[in-house]
Amino acid sequence: MSRLRRAAGRIWRVASIPLLAIILAFIVAAVVIVVSSVFTSTGLDVFLPLGAYGSLLAGAFGSGTGISNTLVAAAPLILGGLAVGLGFKAGLFNIGVAGQFLVGAFAAAVVGARLAGAPGVIAAPVALIAGALGGAAFGFIPGFLKARTGAHEVVTTIMLNNAAVLLLTWAVNDLVRAPGFSFPRTGDLGHSALPILLGRNVHLGIPIAVLAVFSVRWLLDRTTNGFEIRTVGQNPNAARYAGMRPIFITTLTMTLSGLLAGVAGAIQMLGVIGFYAPGITASVGFDSIAVALLGRSDPIGILFAAILFGAFRAGAPLMQIETSVPVEIIDIIQALVILFLAADLIVRRVFRVRAAKPVISELATVTRTWAGGAPPGGGA
Amino acid sequence: MTDQPPVLEMRGIMKLFPTGTLANDAIDLALRPGEIHALLGENGAGKSTLMNILYGLVTPDAGEIRIDGQPVTIHDPADAIARGIGMVHQHFMLVPVLSVAENVVLGDEIVRAGQILDLGEGARRIKLLAQKLGFEIDPSTRVDQLSVGQQQRVEILKAIYRNARILVLDEPTAVLTPQETREIFEVLRRLRGEGASIIFISHKLDEVLEIADRITVIRRGKVVGSRRPSETNENELAELMVGRAVSLRVDRGRSHPGEAMLEVRGLRARNDRGHDVLQGVDLSVRAGEILGIAGVAGNGQEELVEALIGLRKPTAGTIRLAGHDLTHALVDERRDRGMAFVPADRHKYGLVLTYPLDDNLALTRYGDPPFAGGFAGIIRNFKAITANAIRLMKEFDIRAPDPKTPAGTLSGGNQQKVVVAREFRHDLRLLVLDQPTRGLDVGSIEFIHKQVIGRRDDGAAVLLISAELDEVLDLSDRVLVMFRGQIVGTFPAEEAQREKVGLLMATGGARA
Repeated sequence: MSRLRRAAGRIWRVASIPLLAIILAFIVAAVVIVVSSVFTSTGLDVFLPLGAYGSLLAGAFGSGTGISNTLVAAAPLILGGLAVGLGFKAGLFNIGVAGQFLVGAFAAAVVGARLAGAPGVIAAPVALIAGALGGAAFGFIPGFLKARTGAHEVVTTIMLNNAAVLLLTWAVNDLVRAPGFSFPRTGDLGHSALPILLGRNVHLGIPIAVLAVFSVRWLLDRTTNGFEIRTVGQNPNAARYAGMRPIFITTLTMTLSGLLAGVAGAIQMLGVIGFYAPGITASVGFDSIAVALLGRSDPIGILFAAILFGAFRAGAPLMQIETSVPVEIIDIIQALVILFLAADLIVRRVFRVRAAKPVISELATVTRTWAGGAPPGGGA
Repeated sequence: MTDQPPVLEMRGIMKLFPTGTLANDAIDLALRPGEIHALLGENGAGKSTLMNILYGLVTPDAGEIRIDGQPVTIHDPADAIARGIGMVHQHFMLVPVLSVAENVVLGDEIVRAGQILDLGEGARRIKLLAQKLGFEIDPSTRVDQLSVGQQQRVEILKAIYRNARILVLDEPTAVLTPQETREIFEVLRRLRGEGASIIFISHKLDEVLEIADRITVIRRGKVVGSRRPSETNENELAELMVGRAVSLRVDRGRSHPGEAMLEVRGLRARNDRGHDVLQGVDLSVRAGEILGIAGVAGNGQEELVEALIGLRKPTAGTIRLAGHDLTHALVDERRDRGMAFVPADRHKYGLVLTYPLDDNLALTRYGDPPFAGGFAGIIRNFKAITANAIRLMKEFDIRAPDPKTPAGTLSGGNQQKVVVAREFRHDLRLLVLDQPTRGLDVGSIEFIHKQVIGRRDDGAAVLLISAELDEVLDLSDRVLVMFRGQIVGTFPAEEAQREKVGLLMATGGARA
């Protein structure tokens, strides 16, 4: 019994601030909804937020379709969140998930189209692995640059995000454009598409994402490599003193982070999008940062955070249809969540929380990588 | 002085921590006006807890605080400051990028015309205060440009600027050089002359005997005695503090050196700024021998140990351990060959403060059996890690509730014991010790010295570097003097007199 209570206490210590930040974000967003209702045809409606949040909930979890939409939207966020979170553990801020996601998606699309006629048991896994390797390669570059030259990963990954978009646009236009379409895109996936497991859209990528959660957790908690990653993140000098090689570990972590982002791109490509065309948005890349922060870099936390953000995406359309509250309110809620995480003092004041850690360490990594070490304006 | 009523009285102070530690057990303390009152006790005896109660950082479970005879309740540091209490923490609470003046006035700024900060007036007052205390300081200097000793003076200024009449200093000399210690003592005497009352927390016996008017000794949360310096001595204080007779001298016994274990030839290295700070060091340490390196800090000792353990690349020369050339070996390779290292800066190198004790106690062997095994040898074995922690905590008397306690929550002395416990393996070839007893109390120092001698007698080669010349002289079988990156003298233990070694340290002998 006391062990159960201790466990509950531990969970509360790490989860209280994120949970309360979410609640506070909903409250503040409710004010926004009420105020903006004044300018609609229906006029002031103080109960509008209740209706809107009800529809949001119903849209996300109220039906089989809703739940599967939530899961489909959550899957790439889980992997992207793990990518960012793993970086945080090593004291690295990987803003390059967007680029790594695109490279992964592109590699999966190209290889998948090539193997469209091959048996699915071969085609889909090979395409998935191609995506993973693409992301890994694109994560390796900033990792290697940081380890060898000290080039700051915040700067290099932001630049590589742009490089990825432009490079892949060129590649689709001039290298792998599939014939027979009116716009540049890769060919159809055929057998390379991820099998649908349930309903209309619950694809194999979802269990893969959940598997990744437990793999990353196992890596961090149970293995010496994970211990090295965490030690380099906590105290690089002590890591060197203990016989670890921060240069190697930094490169390895960025590569693994890129790999996870690449898998995110690959499952999205093979399970949802179907072909690569310029203009594919990589909003997953940036939402992943929010997911990692909300999940406090903990794989299980990231799983829940990603499901929450997935639910926002899945439930928003019904909210707009039923209550005319625009889907963009979701962006406001997400932004508020991160705001309150960063300014956790507000959350503490409002809810009179004392116990939890004073600063969310992942944010400390963000600010440290932003302010220290980076060249002037490096984080801008 | 003694017949004056106390300016501060603490009566029957009790504090029980949730972990079950009775940190303060009915402590009584009376501070008289214009007195320097030393609080002496081992690491974890409850001194800091008592002072944190006084400063409003910790709420006592029972007891009464009186200031000028009036009972008061102190809720937080702002309360304490308002009642004339100032505190100088062991780790400074200064903003490094702000100037001295900005730091001192922070939170108590002088403003004109409503909102305009008048830093000039503050700076003027600071200069005046500093002069009264007998030192010079430029209020416009950025704090990160100051030495540790100067920063401490800024902390004192901060307290005095807020009209502190009762000043608490938590182990102020732990971070200072002997010269800076003398200087801060001068400042404290001046303060006392100005009528301030000072509580001076320390576990250094010679210091409290020198500076204090009265010494109160605390052991395991209780006051065990109160003395005047004139009526006591180091041995009695040590015994009061530890609760048993402590030998302040080391019984080194006879050494039985074997063949050369560590051989360093012509070693050169640069410091972080690119200066050649090691200029051809030759030395050898034999198995079963303690070699001490004496020298004023900053003569290349730090770079020497970093080169030995593999944290700094030598620019020339060789390092051989038991016949193997390790000049360019990686850190873990050197550890595998039997090297261990107690670093001077435990927060920088020795510990990961956010990690629990058990991880820290296995930090330098995390990848070796039994701490890792299974598939490809990468699976951590938590049973072995915890068992190791429990064993070492007992063997080295590391005081913590359990092996999962974060290392950062331990007192400095206990943190040092964690590093020592981890590095003092039984299968050592070379043990490199850089300030192994810094921040430790006499009981712990005695224990660690015994352990060092034990490892030597097991056949390890020991290289000892210490800012405490007495420690080097007491422990070493042979003493080298390092000066400007070179070895300028060697003394067998029996010929290493304090004066001779000290002179060579200061001048470098003929080469100076």
